[in-house]
Amino acid sequence: MPVGYGRVVASEIEGAADAALLADLRGVLGDRARDNDFERGLYSRDGSIEGSSPAIVCLPTSAADVAQIVRICRQHRRPFLARGSGTGLAGGAVPVGRPVVVATSKMDRIIEVDIANRIAWVEPGVLNLDLSRALSPLGFHFAPDPSSQQVCSIGGNIANNSGGPHCLAYGVTTAHVAALEVVLPSGEITVFGGVDAEPPGFDLRGLFVGSEGTMGIATKAAVRLTPNAPTVRTLLLDFDDVSEGSAAVSAIIAAGLVPSALEMMDQRAIEIVEAFAHAGYPTGAAAVLLVELDGLGGGVEAGVEIVREVAERHHAGHVRVAADDAERALLWKGRKNAFGAVARIKPDYYLHDTVVPRSRLTEVLEKVYRIADAYDLIAVNVFHAGDGNLHPILAFDRREPGVDERVKAAGRDIVAASIEAGGVLSGEHGIGLEKRDYMGMLFSTHDMYTQDLVRETFDPDGLANPLKIIPTGSRCSDSFHQHVPEGAWV
Amino acid sequence: MNRRSSGGSEPQWEGASTGSPDAGASLAANIAAEVTAFAHEVGSCDPVTVVGAQAHWDVGGTPLAGTREVRAPAGVWEHEPSEMTVRCGAGTTVADLSAHLAQTGQMVPLDPADDAATVGGVLACGFSGHRRLRYGHVRDLVLQTRHVDASGKVVTAGGPTVKNVSGYDLARLLVGSLGTLGLLAEVILRTLPVPAASQWLTGDGDPFAAFDLLYRPSSILWNGSHAWILLEGDPADVAAEASKLEPAGFAPCDGPPPIPAVGRESMRPSDLRALAGTGGEWLAEVGIGLVHRHEAVQAAPVAPANALLMDQLKQRLDPDNRLNPGRRPW
Repeated sequence: MPVGYGRVVASEIEGAADAALLADLRGVLGDRARDNDFERGLYSRDGSIEGSSPAIVCLPTSAADVAQIVRICRQHRRPFLARGSGTGLAGGAVPVGRPVVVATSKMDRIIEVDIANRIAWVEPGVLNLDLSRALSPLGFHFAPDPSSQQVCSIGGNIANNSGGPHCLAYGVTTAHVAALEVVLPSGEITVFGGVDAEPPGFDLRGLFVGSEGTMGIATKAAVRLTPNAPTVRTLLLDFDDVSEGSAAVSAIIAAGLVPSALEMMDQRAIEIVEAFAHAGYPTGAAAVLLVELDGLGGGVEAGVEIVREVAERHHAGHVRVAADDAERALLWKGRKNAFGAVARIKPDYYLHDTVVPRSRLTEVLEKVYRIADAYDLIAVNVFHAGDGNLHPILAFDRREPGVDERVKAAGRDIVAASIEAGGVLSGEHGIGLEKRDYMGMLFSTHDMYTQDLVRETFDPDGLANPLKIIPTGSRCSDSFHQHVPEGAWV
Repeated sequence: MNRRSSGGSEPQWEGASTGSPDAGASLAANIAAEVTAFAHEVGSCDPVTVVGAQAHWDVGGTPLAGTREVRAPAGVWEHEPSEMTVRCGAGTTVADLSAHLAQTGQMVPLDPADDAATVGGVLACGFSGHRRLRYGHVRDLVLQTRHVDASGKVVTAGGPTVKNVSGYDLARLLVGSLGTLGLLAEVILRTLPVPAASQWLTGDGDPFAAFDLLYRPSSILWNGSHAWILLEGDPADVAAEASKLEPAGFAPCDGPPPIPAVGRESMRPSDLRALAGTGGEWLAEVGIGLVHRHEAVQAAPVAPANALLMDQLKQRLDPDNRLNPGRRPW
């Protein structure tokens, strides 16, 4: 769990309006509609560094509940926003415009596992790892595996089109969602996509995945089951030189391998992870690569040999092959908990997410270190090297005066450096609030206008998680009339 | 269009010398010129239809008579084998793309029945090939699109890297839209290594049992009495998987019969079993739920709420109905 921070400034309470809204919501949900300060505080932030307080928090247990909440919000012209586990890192679940938060945590049933169609129907509050654990005895798993998978929800994965280390071979969430039951911003319930081969019409399912709750609220999903690989090999390679490590990444891919995961950690990351996980990571190394190959035995063993050859060519110090599942789990424990381990050097961190072409990894990494130095911050790099997905961590102490501004400025410079190298704004965390105003670095005004036209089709009144993804001013329309509360960083 | 032209990683125009920033800049300028020329050709006034190889010309209805025809740019513009991405004009034929990628042992498994089909045509129809079981839907191979919209402007969606969640996923919306929301000009696709070994097997064993037996087969086609199974990967693995199939009555063969190319009936994979014993010539994709027929197939109805959204999307993105009038993907 990220150690985010934020300023929650209570805005002037429009008491009467909130009270009337709460009364209507209580009519449907009873005490599952709440407005106490404690819970509003709990739901005021996500894993990002943004924060703003909701008016009311609702805990629906069914799609019908969600539809009623949305209809009531429409009657009151009040924004609403879905929230899973709140682990998002781009501010997508930060309440803006004094909205009603629709927390999906009580909608956490695995409804049906349908092996014949290799589908599981789940509610949005099911946790990612719980689903894979439930599928494991049947020989399957849900492929997207964000580092937060112990706590993040399937609904959140859908909203953010989440990734994870194993998306290198298996693709991000959208490739693993066949159908979605959705409560539209109109309050109507419908199903996008389907379990059948080619559902007719435009791919509304594909549009919805990754739309961060701005096109409605998913209340059920048919997710695809991926068969567990018969053979898995996990290798740890260490390098004296970061650029050799990066070059090895490209060489592995160029050799025709598609590892199921190809992760890199820099020296600082190795040190903090080893101090916490005791996985035997080589603390003197400048970089390590964690390479996982899975599939049938022949291809995997041939791949191990290719990785060994690449390692030798790029002067890797050691090639450690995990001997068994326990050792493999230990190596992954270090990787997946690296972010929390940052607390060993500084109490707070800001985690970035950009993607660059693999061939530019070394150059952009060097820039990241320079940027961090320039703003007197500490950069730690743990990332999905195989797909060029950088995750620079800026470690800091929020008690230092003026540090917020430095963190934000450094973040912006990292995004700019990534885009300059031919990259994109986000690989798997989404845009949310954090990168909304950077969209113009990647897209033209007309591109964003077009995206907003599409969004508006779903939500002409701008009530579904407003002010996210698309910068204000992309349209001349008045669809962004919501008041941004004072103190919210948007 | 030129916003990335200053990037140092701009690729080489086909045949251009590598490594020189000038070559990169001139490549970017050449691509931009091709796309801009297409945008001018599409214009902003009259009804237009984009013509590829006409391999899927009747899908979703034929264009209204008198609709002006335009052609998307063709050419494999950038292929970085170590990035596993390829950038090409939407008018490039799948045959040309495949031949180019094969030089470095890569592929994009679009697999149309006729490889004279264009990349843009395959994507506009959203028709995955017979290896979808292994490689996924064609829309999951698309990283970035540039299309010309109804106002004649170029719109970029997605991003050039293998992983990207920046902004709304308009690229997925365009796949399968039959060119009714925008005309594809350029795409960046994800490439994959060509498998080291590839083997078809055929027999009269149970294809559903075979699917459960195998680890990620590339294709299982079934006509109600016989099945054709494609195994791909490391030679040792292909041999081992094939040996699992032999007791079930499967033996190596050259490949499946031609896949019927007229109708595509979509059902749940589990519903295919019920086709056993039904007449007619058809070939079904086991594990996917698609039945290829020689006859046209009535499309399933779209839920009213979805139809309304689709109509409104069309209305917003093409208010004058000038993009491929006469076609409708549902």
